Amino acid sequence: MSVQPAMPKCWRVESKPHKFCPGCGHGLVLKALGQAIDELGIQDKVVFGCDIGCSLLSWDFFNVDTVQTHHGRTTPVITGIKRANSEVTGIAYMGDGGGYAIGAQHLVSAATRNERITAILVNNTQYGMTGGQMAPTTLPGQKTETSPYGRDVNTAGYPTQGPEMVAAITQEGAYVARGTVANVKQLKGFIKKALENQMAGNGFSFVEVLSTCPTNWRTNAEDTWKFVEQEMTKYFKVGEIKVPGPREKEGQ
Amino acid sequence: MPEKPIQGEKRVFMTGNEVVAWAAAAAEADIMYGYPITPQNEIMHYWTRMLPKYGRRFLQTEDELSAGFTTAGGVLAGRRAFTATAGPGNTLMQEPLSMAEAMRLPVVVIVQQRGGPSTATVIYSQQEVTLTTLGGNGEGLRVVYSTATHQELFDYTIKSFNTAWKYRFPTFVLGDGYQAKMRESLTMYDPASRGITMVPTEPYVGMAGMPGVDREPTHLRNTYNVEEELFEVLENYLADYAKAAPEIAEYDAFDTDDAELVVISHGVVSRACKAAVKELREEGYKVGYFRPITLRPLPADQLRDVAGKAKQLLVVESANGQLDRLIKEVIYGNTTEMLSLFKPGVGITTEEVVARVKEIKG
Ligand SMILES: Cc1ncc(C[n+]2csc(CCOP(=O)(O)OP(=O)(O)O)c2C)c(N)n1
Ligand code: SF4
Repeated sequence: MSVQPAMPKCWRVESKPHKFCPGCGHGLVLKALGQAIDELGIQDKVVFGCDIGCSLLSWDFFNVDTVQTHHGRTTPVITGIKRANSEVTGIAYMGDGGGYAIGAQHLVSAATRNERITAILVNNTQYGMTGGQMAPTTLPGQKTETSPYGRDVNTAGYPTQGPEMVAAITQEGAYVARGTVANVKQLKGFIKKALENQMAGNGFSFVEVLSTCPTNWRTNAEDTWKFVEQEMTKYFKVGEIKVPGPREKEGQ
Repeated sequence: MPEKPIQGEKRVFMTGNEVVAWAAAAAEADIMYGYPITPQNEIMHYWTRMLPKYGRRFLQTEDELSAGFTTAGGVLAGRRAFTATAGPGNTLMQEPLSMAEAMRLPVVVIVQQRGGPSTATVIYSQQEVTLTTLGGNGEGLRVVYSTATHQELFDYTIKSFNTAWKYRFPTFVLGDGYQAKMRESLTMYDPASRGITMVPTEPYVGMAGMPGVDREPTHLRNTYNVEEELFEVLENYLADYAKAAPEIAEYDAFDTDDAELVVISHGVVSRACKAAVKELREEGYKVGYFRPITLRPLPADQLRDVAGKAKQLLVVESANGQLDRLIKEVIYGNTTEMLSLFKPGVGITTEEVVARVKEIKG
């Protein structure tokens, strides 16, 4: 008899096994999210929005109300829902392209307005669904389909430091963290705090997650983990970046 | 519960943008999402000034993509939500509106047309007809009312919410810069006082009960894996649209039965055409007047009927044939001569229409 690992209660059994590639980090992020929803007992309150990109494959992932939107537009859809019904816990789930490229203006503006929503952004350093093109988060020197000789920072700039940007432009009440699929327990903690922050009505909550894409990285299991744990963390620091509280005064 | 913004009936003299704000209020719209663009700005100005005391809400977004998508969010949450835009904003709005088409979201949009293409003028045109009726990367499954007077701006703004929520197609009120900015008298009313019941709204997400236990979760999407899956969805949508079209289509016409030449126009241009046809009739010209009020769906049967009887159709519009193309499509096969008076981005007077008809008739 084989023992199956426990699925979060809010996962939808009918849509499992899920549609992500084997070894994809999305499944782990959604596991951490599922556990956080279970622990907070908010399955009947959550409205989950997913973007275009591999995140769209989560359109029927949970037994929670879900709307799969357009590339980059999940943040305004969840904002619109939350503004119209403050009872719900709104989650906008997107990739790095969706959040930092095409949807950057929405992320910046939602953060600036301190929208009471939770955005979770999966950083896999490239565009997964369209076949591995360069993303705002592609590391310097990293090869992708549209940076075949490696990302040249002179022409393509440096990778977006998303959480650092969001932390800088949000006011008190915002929660910002960067987690990784290499530490799901810690990630669940960050996501849980991000949801609690929304439920308390404090302000915008944002969690970026360092995630894997073995398909487009063309990596085996060992190299996949090495890339997430060693290469990505050189650039993207894991941890809490901002917790609710008054904004620091100038010069302090 | 705050009192109704309009009790009974009230004769007023105001700008079109003010009329729209009052009409949306009278229609029990809950929330407006918007981004400033001339000539629709004052809809937001009046809404934000008057409506908080009635418990209505507003969000100023970062652009029209966001205004459209947040409005879709408001509708998903079950609110009577709307937005307003023009020109380049209408262009951006087509992306969220295509999602509204895909998910059958009753989003209401007021468009106060300005000149085009691009930023053009902030004043006036009828050049947003193609974009508003057929914009987006789909089949144009939407409803477009083209208003001509402030009274209609009031009536059809209220109606647009009911059409949207009854049939679940995104619905537009197509006004223009003249209507937005000029003052005119009209009668405002509480819809209930005229026996108009507002179609109840309902949420798509965030309902009571535990999803997966007490009820099925909502899983809305606009992405499909295979062609056949999408085809099946669209077949149903198209059948719904075809069934609803004759119920939704509206028009105004007179003197068409014995007319040799029928003048076709929409929006404010139809006011010039109406006066011109009356004047020409008095002078003995056998002319008629036809005006589609819905540009999508068009009153197709009536247009075919008119085209079948008349020898000539004269299409008059402040655009280079955007209405003309729509009409030619529905009367395809008819051999009636098609004539035109097109003035893209410029207003048209009664005198110009009279002169054009006399030029044709010699
Ligand atoms: C307006 C628009 N532009 C482009 C696309 C094509 N597209 C689909 S997914 C995608 C990239 C997604 O990358 P990311 O957001 O990083 O998510 P991932 O797939 O890596 O999870 C793009 C560009 C689209 N669907 N819509
Ligand atoms: S392409 Fe990459 S990100 Fe997308 S499902 Fe596959 S592994 Fe995951």
